[in-house]
Amino acid sequence: MLLEALTLQLGYNATLVAIGAALLGIAAGAAGTFLFLRKRALVSDAISHSTLPGVGLAFLVMAALGGDGRHLAGLMLGAALTAGAGLLAMHWLTRHTRLAEDAAIGAVLSVFFGFGVVLLTVIQTVSIGRPAGLADFLLGATAGMLFGDAVLIAVAGALAVLAVWTLRRPMTLVAFDAGFAAASGIDVRRVDLAMMGLVMAVTIIGLKVVGLVLIVALLIIPPVAARFWSDRSDRVLGIAGVFGGLSGFIGAAVSATAPALPTGPIIVLTAFALFTLSMLFAPGRGLLVGWLRHHRQQRRIHLRQGLLAIAQDLPIYERYTLNLLVRAGLARPDGVPTELGRLRAAKACRDESRWAIARRMHSHEATVSRYDGLRPIEMVLTEDEIREIDRQLAEAGEGCA
Amino acid sequence: MSLRMPFGRGEEVAAAPLAELSDKPLAVRGLTVSYGQKPAVFSLDMTIEDGSMTAIIGPNGAGKSTTLKAVLGIVPRLSGVVTVYGRPLAKSRRRIAYVPQRASVDWDFPTRVIDVVLMGLARELGLLRRVNAGHRQRAFDCLDRVGMRDFADRQIGQLSGGQQQRVFLARALAQGADLYLLDEPFAGVDAATERAIIDVLKTLKAEGRTVVAVHHDLSTVRDYFDHVMMINVHKVAEGPVAEAFTEEHLQSAYGGRLAANLMDQLQLGGH
Amino acid sequence: MGAEFVMLSLVPILIGVLAAVACALPGNFLVLRRQALIGDAISHVVLPGIVVGFLLSGTVSSWAMMAGAAGAAVVAVLLIELIRRLGRIEPGAAMGVAFTSMFAFGVLLLEQSDTSSVHLDVQHALYGNLESLIWVEARGWGSLLDPVALAGLPPELPRIAIVAALMLVFTVVFWRPLKISTFDEGFARVLGMRTNLIGFALVIMAAVAAVAAFDAVGSIIVIAMFICPPAAARLMTNRLEHQVLWSVAFAIFSAVVGYVAAGYGPLWLGADDAVSAAGMIATVSGLVLAIAALYAPHRHRSGAPADG
Repeated sequence: MLLEALTLQLGYNATLVAIGAALLGIAAGAAGTFLFLRKRALVSDAISHSTLPGVGLAFLVMAALGGDGRHLAGLMLGAALTAGAGLLAMHWLTRHTRLAEDAAIGAVLSVFFGFGVVLLTVIQTVSIGRPAGLADFLLGATAGMLFGDAVLIAVAGALAVLAVWTLRRPMTLVAFDAGFAAASGIDVRRVDLAMMGLVMAVTIIGLKVVGLVLIVALLIIPPVAARFWSDRSDRVLGIAGVFGGLSGFIGAAVSATAPALPTGPIIVLTAFALFTLSMLFAPGRGLLVGWLRHHRQQRRIHLRQGLLAIAQDLPIYERYTLNLLVRAGLARPDGVPTELGRLRAAKACRDESRWAIARRMHSHEATVSRYDGLRPIEMVLTEDEIREIDRQLAEAGEGCA
Repeated sequence: MSLRMPFGRGEEVAAAPLAELSDKPLAVRGLTVSYGQKPAVFSLDMTIEDGSMTAIIGPNGAGKSTTLKAVLGIVPRLSGVVTVYGRPLAKSRRRIAYVPQRASVDWDFPTRVIDVVLMGLARELGLLRRVNAGHRQRAFDCLDRVGMRDFADRQIGQLSGGQQQRVFLARALAQGADLYLLDEPFAGVDAATERAIIDVLKTLKAEGRTVVAVHHDLSTVRDYFDHVMMINVHKVAEGPVAEAFTEEHLQSAYGGRLAANLMDQLQLGGH
Repeated sequence: MGAEFVMLSLVPILIGVLAAVACALPGNFLVLRRQALIGDAISHVVLPGIVVGFLLSGTVSSWAMMAGAAGAAVVAVLLIELIRRLGRIEPGAAMGVAFTSMFAFGVLLLEQSDTSSVHLDVQHALYGNLESLIWVEARGWGSLLDPVALAGLPPELPRIAIVAALMLVFTVVFWRPLKISTFDEGFARVLGMRTNLIGFALVIMAAVAAVAAFDAVGSIIVIAMFICPPAAARLMTNRLEHQVLWSVAFAIFSAVVGYVAAGYGPLWLGADDAVSAAGMIATVSGLVLAIAALYAPHRHRSGAPADG
């Protein structure tokens, strides 16, 4: 069943939904990357929560006009209107009052959502039409989706991906360095606006699939996961798109296999699994690599400082340093250095003096500024350079015996 | 007893165990701090003499502020031992006053000048003791010393940069410490404020207290300070201004970034 | 409207007021620390918390669910810190990852387990059920002095009252460390304050308030009360002491007016049924903030010149 789902053999509707969710995921991952790099990830939370009153209002209006209150395109339009209003309110609060963006986001999110809840209860009480479908917008539901709705989502998802693709260059520039982008003639405000428009579009397309509480996850988690893999914004963008697409596709396909596997949560948990793997194991910024690197660096620094202390007959102040020296056979537990320890200490001391000279020589400035203080000098400078340094060292009368 | 330090980590440093430095206001051994793969401060030794006024200088990104923050335990250190008057930092906090960089706090915070100065008395006040007239008077006196008494009831966001810096100094004065650590106290302040601050610092020195400041204006080092600690990730030089503030050391710390004409202006002694 | 009011409305209003105050108190510091959205994050993870609490205990006892919710809040806070510090991800995004994932987990768990027999659903978690907390035994104002009737008070009331009192004590006792470490963390550390611990305690207190309030009124009010009253209060004054008082006043106002508007407003307008009280309280708090943002005396950033 699962295999069938993943290979798109569960029927026409499920296939369409899976493709739509994948496209939605790609667009969300990419659009979310812009938000994330601009450090505004949670703006998406305000946008998604402020769709609720729009859904309610659209339902009331459509029902009052005698139509079916649950017409998806109409509900999406209503959602877009109040999401836009929420976005405007948020901007206004941060621009015209002293409130910070996080407070503005939280205020808009809770108030718009609260008002949406009021409208939902109004719909229940006036009991026009059947409001049952509206709760689906909270958590998303793809089971029993109408064919027309599935097509709508797939087409809208494709359009969103297309929009991301067209706008990727200016958006990457702005996300990476707004000041530089402005200097090179890009209208940062318009790009920001386009970015928000895209985020809004993704949110609204995603309402029916993942629901308004969880669509945020599709905008935030893939970029954060992608960030562990690269420091280049264009690569983060691409990886986030892939992660988002994968999450959307796998989530929608898996959830099509059983009614007790709701689409939204499965999509989000798939994204979270990708995030966890990235955070732990990605090379570069992953935790495992970082942890190993930190401990290696700390060990090397303590060893180096221990050796320097030995070379100068200074006491070793830190227990950790002494333990390392003892373990490496460079000192005895009482702090007295071994023969090997003295030898290595002399070498460490000589290298340190060489670096002191190198720092004074302008020709090595670039090298010195990159130097991490730990690598053997032979790995960084050539033999001739070291010989020249040693000559100056002898001249200055400094250096180790 | 002293030992010639052979690798340019500084001039001369007493090669004594920390216990023998017990009278020194601040002693640091082997301080290393790293934010990423490259150390921001590497294996730094530093000894601050009692009653001295020391400038920590070095180019941008040399680790000046990081050194101060690591000494105070605000950023974690990878290695190193710090003693304040011969005791671990945690045991000598009441003897330290700290003036952070002005930009490090949110000046839109809802509070008044007098409240900020009263923060300097927090250790004394504890959790629940109420601020009485005596405390208030002491806070006013500290504001007096920096010429800000008239601003006591102002909201801190309404102050100019120089005034904010003076309020921070008043808060440090309220701490009544023996060792004053200041992070770029003259950055972006007006001339009158600079004058006022240096007067206060010199008074502190005259009272026998010790002052250490991260400083970036090389042209005033000679006028303001008597000791200098020059760093560029590593320690370049340490000692009395006359001995350590030399062209050779400046070249070594700043590399080619220090223009020759500036060197002339500094009228350096030594070599 | 004597007896009927006491029976139907007094308790919900009191609970609403206490919940609003309990959230607004820590909210002041969260807003100043740029951590306003931690309330948003916590209130989302309450759902997985109660589901796990229910599954582990096998009962619908409020205590099991509240313990689950509190546990989930702590897990969420730790997860956010982990992602933020170890992963070096900005706090907003770290929150976004943590709370959405946990919420998704909660929904999935809910769908997978047989909870259909109990009153446990997403809507309830989101907007609570303030209106149902009526005082059946009440016969009028006199019942306030009648021990038999008092014993029949909904248990949510004493619970939220205790939590509100706890918030008050926390705010008063730790006022100085909270204020100093919020304003200048580096200085607070030099004074010897455990700033990490203070920050963590604040978030835990916020979680306790959120869980207790959620139990009675649902998470949507929780988020609104963490942020709207303190944010509006910030615009009224430039002193933290006054800001906190203002925020309490706004919280009480929103709760009372919101409840009354939801319960009686539609009737006055000629409709038959009340609308969601939780949603209305959030809406009123938003209106209060909107008015403050338009007219409050200290709504603009202080225009200090950068230098000089």
